[in-house]
Order: sequence, then structure tokens, then C-alpha cells
Amino acid sequence: MIKRLSRSNTLKFYLLVSPWLVGFVVFVAGPMVYSMYLSMTRYTMLNPPSWIGLANYTNLLRDARFLKSLRVTATYTFVGVPLRLIFAFAIALMLNNIRRGKDFIRTVYYLPSVVSGVAVVVLWRWLFNPEVGLVNHILGWFGIQGPGWLYDPDWALPALIIMSLWGVGRDVVIFLAGLQGIGVQLYEAARIDGAGGWQCLRYITVPMISPTIFFNLVMGIIGSFQVFTDAYVATQGGPMDATLVTVLYLYLQAFGNLRMGYASAIAWVLFVIIMFFTLLIIRSSTVWVFYETEIGGKKA
Amino acid sequence: MSRSLSPQPTILARFRAFTRTQSGIDLISQTVQYVILGLGAFIIMIPFLWMISTSFKNEFQVWDPEVWWPDPFVLSNYRRPFDVLPMKTFFKNTMITVLAGVIGVPLSSSLVAYGFARFRAPGSTVLFMVLLTTMMLPGQVTLIPTFILFRRLGWYDTLLPLTVPCFLGSAFYIFLLRQFFTGISKDVEEAAIIDGCGTLRVWWQILLPMTKPALATVVVFEFLGKWNDFFGPLIYLETLDKFTLALGMRMFQSDFIIEYGPIMALATLLMLPCVLLFFFTSRYFIQGISLTGSKG
Repeated sequence: MIKRLSRSNTLKFYLLVSPWLVGFVVFVAGPMVYSMYLSMTRYTMLNPPSWIGLANYTNLLRDARFLKSLRVTATYTFVGVPLRLIFAFAIALMLNNIRRGKDFIRTVYYLPSVVSGVAVVVLWRWLFNPEVGLVNHILGWFGIQGPGWLYDPDWALPALIIMSLWGVGRDVVIFLAGLQGIGVQLYEAARIDGAGGWQCLRYITVPMISPTIFFNLVMGIIGSFQVFTDAYVATQGGPMDATLVTVLYLYLQAFGNLRMGYASAIAWVLFVIIMFFTLLIIRSSTVWVFYETEIGGKKA
Repeated sequence: MSRSLSPQPTILARFRAFTRTQSGIDLISQTVQYVILGLGAFIIMIPFLWMISTSFKNEFQVWDPEVWWPDPFVLSNYRRPFDVLPMKTFFKNTMITVLAGVIGVPLSSSLVAYGFARFRAPGSTVLFMVLLTTMMLPGQVTLIPTFILFRRLGWYDTLLPLTVPCFLGSAFYIFLLRQFFTGISKDVEEAAIIDGCGTLRVWWQILLPMTKPALATVVVFEFLGKWNDFFGPLIYLETLDKFTLALGMRMFQSDFIIEYGPIMALATLLMLPCVLLFFFTSRYFIQGISLTGSKG
């Protein structure tokens, strides 16, 4: 009886998960294996793939444009993500403190995150227009001669980072949810012990919110390394490859030059880099991320 | 004369004393925070206001950043994209992908999530770990083989690559819904099963209604994802009559590069459904984001 039940359970389980299982085999596992193979071939989709071993990878190391794309992506990520986190945290702290209008202000901050995509980038191109754009016009009020932004190799990447800061609201909402989860009794106890505002922030808020910081940091870095639309629509990677992010370079190699093997190799290098930084943060998290469950166990 | 010298506290001194009391410190800190938050909110809103303002300017005022209130107020910018592009077709194509997303993704994900939440089978734990791992996988790694596969199937330049996968579940939402299902008591289900209710009916008539808020969250995020999607349409669609609105927008802005009035009008039109959806369902947004954030 039990055996029959568990067999029927097995059948039910596999029937229920079959949509995902099919999708996994056809769109994830299969493509991953094939992509690994393609990355060791020369393949233009006109002739069958020809095996060239690790040549794509060694060529990548010598490809100045690829290395440039890694530098661009790294700058975009390691400047943009921390800036966004700092802003988001500060905003969330204040939002958590104020008494009225919390929901309304949160809605305003989140608004840019719901309209992502081409329309947003097109709007920012207009804002960053060197002659008649609003950004330089406002800088002009303060007597500052604004740069050429998306047309200036030195300022194009900062412009993209500013654009990404506009989407700070997503992180704010997550931080705010984390802050609202911190028990009031912790602050009350600290106040009774004579702790000031700064001490409460340093010794209660930051440790208690650190899992959320961790989450936002990991998600931010993963997402930022894969940025494409912003650079593609705003600058096409220019000027002088100043905004040639890695996924854009991959796209150009794959769908511009039809170098499918080479592009697959780029994808794998990018994957390894993302994994490296993700694991690095996860490893370091044991030092700086605090989980409430650690209290009872005296920190495992 | 002696009167003016008497130690009558001035307004300033009274204010100083007040700032040292608890309620005084409170009031000041609240005010400062409101000012900073308000200023930030204002800065966030400026690009939107600027976009809307530009979209109503005529071709001369567009070049004058001093003007915020267009005079004359022109509506023709909103007609221009419709005159030069097959906007109706773009809209139809976009809606097809959106519908596939908002119907296919929640249904298939919830079905799979039900399997993971309620049934044990050899290999089920391993498969769940695999599911979690795929959530972390960057799409680029599978991009090129998937593209080649769709080409071989003859699906290139059709909407199929953007719609069919929606019915195979999405790892992230499967995980999310599984967490929901696990939190629901099994009592009702077990009673229904004893009464002879089949597995699919339990899912459809008991679990789906109970997870409506979570499903609503999936629907709104899927709507936005599909509506704003650019990369998928960019690589899979080639001819104009297959384009989605996002592709059309990009084409419009590169072809009519200096007609900023019409470009901003089109951008406004593209953002409007997302903003409206957000205002009417912001509860589900906040819930969804907070949930995914804290569970991460």
C-alpha cells in the first residue's frame, strides 16, 4: 500500500514538474553543454563548427577590446553598485524614521524602477544632451560648463552610472522592508542602557540589516555585470569604446560578426567572473553578515 | 529702560532652549529628514516632468530648456509615431508576449511549485537544488545555443521564442511560490483528497485561490518584464511587422534622432501603462520586492 502510494507520488511529482524539467533540459542544461562545446570551435552558422581547442580563450586574453570591455564593466559595477547601496540605505533609514507620508514617498522613489527599458534610456539621452539637455542646463545655473556626457569618452560611463542611480528605489524598498523587520525592543533596550542615535545605528541597525545589504550587494553585482540595454541604446558602446560593456561586446561578436564560438567563450569568461565575485562576497559574508539565529548558537 | 534689560528670554533664546528638549530634537530631525527626502523625491521626478513637458512642445520650444510649460501646447507629437510607424502592429505583438507572460508564467510556475512543495520522489531534492542553481545562472551562457535552437526550429523572426518558454515555468517564481505553498496548511487539501478530489483539481480549486496575492505579484512583474523587454525582441525579431513597442521605440529614436518632441511623446506613451499598473497594484509590488529581498 505504502509502496504503491509512493510510486504514484513519484509519478505525480514528475508530471507536475515536467514543464520546468523540459524547459531545464531544452533551454538550460542542453544549451550549457553545447555552449561549452561551441566556445572551443570556430562557428559562423554558415559552416559546421570546427574544433579549435582553447584558441578562443587564449585569443580573448590578447583581445584589447575585450579587456577594455572588462575594465568598463568592472568600473560600472564597482562604482555604481556601492553608490546605489549607500544612497538606498540612507534614504531607507530616513523613510523608516519619518512618521507620515512614508508610502507616498516610497512610491515616488520606486517609480523609475517600473519603467525600465528603452524608453528610459531614450529619456536620459535627451536629459544628457550636451547643448540643450536639462542636466547641463541645470549645471549652468551654478556656473558649471557641463561636459559632453554621452559624446565624451571620459563622461559617457559616469553618465550611465548616474542613469543607474535613478533606479535606486528598488534597493530602497528592500532596505525598508528589512528595517521594518527590526524589533523595536532592541532599540528600547539600547536607549535604556544610554545608547545614542549613532550607537543604535552602528550596533543595532547595521548588524540587523546586514543580510539585506548582502542580498542587495550580490543582486546588484550580478545584474550590473550583465548590463546591456542601457549601453546599447544610449551609446552603442561608444565613444571610443568608453561604454563597451562585456555583454554588448558579446552581442556584437555574436550577432554582428557571427562569431558564435568566440561569443560563447566571452559568455563563459563572464560567467566565471560573476561567479568569482559572488562567491567572494558569500565567503566574506561570514565576517560581516549577521543572522539573528546566531544569537542562540553563540555564532557557529 | 530697565524693562528692556530685564532677563526676558528672546524668541531666539527660547528656540535654543526648545532645541535642547527631546521634542525639540525630534521636531528638527523630522524636518531635516522630510526636507532631504522631499528634495530627493523631487530630483527623481524631474526627468518624468521634463519628458512630459518636452512631449507637448513644438519644434522650436523643444530647444529651449528654460521652458517648462509649453506655449503653445501641441498634441501633434503624439500623432507623429503613429504616422510613421505601424504602432498598432507593434502594440499587438507586445500584447501577445505580455499575455503569454502574465498567463503562462504564473500558471506553469505554480504547477511546478505545487509539485516541489507537496510531493516527495526519488531525485526531488536534487532537482530542487538544480532549480535554485539555475536562478543564479546568467542568461548569456545559454544565449547562443538557444538562439541557434530557435533558428533551427524555424522560429526566428516569429514571436514564438518570446512566448513558448513562458509556459515552462520560471525558476525564480517557482521558488517563490513553493515557499508560499509550504507555508499553507495541508488540512483543506487532505480533506479534499479524501473526498476524491484529484491532484490537478486540488491545485486549481484550492491552492491557486489561496495564493492569489503571490500570483498577482508574479503577474505584475511579468507584465513589466515583457512590456519592457528589449534584448529578446532585439535578437529574435527582424522584420518590422514582428517588432514589439520597445524595438519600435529604439528604431524611432535612431531614425528621427532630432525630433525630440515626438520621441518624448512615444516614451511617455510607453511608460504610461507601467506607471498606471504600478499605482493600482503598488501593494503587490512592495510585497513582492520585500518578499524576494528578505528571503534571499
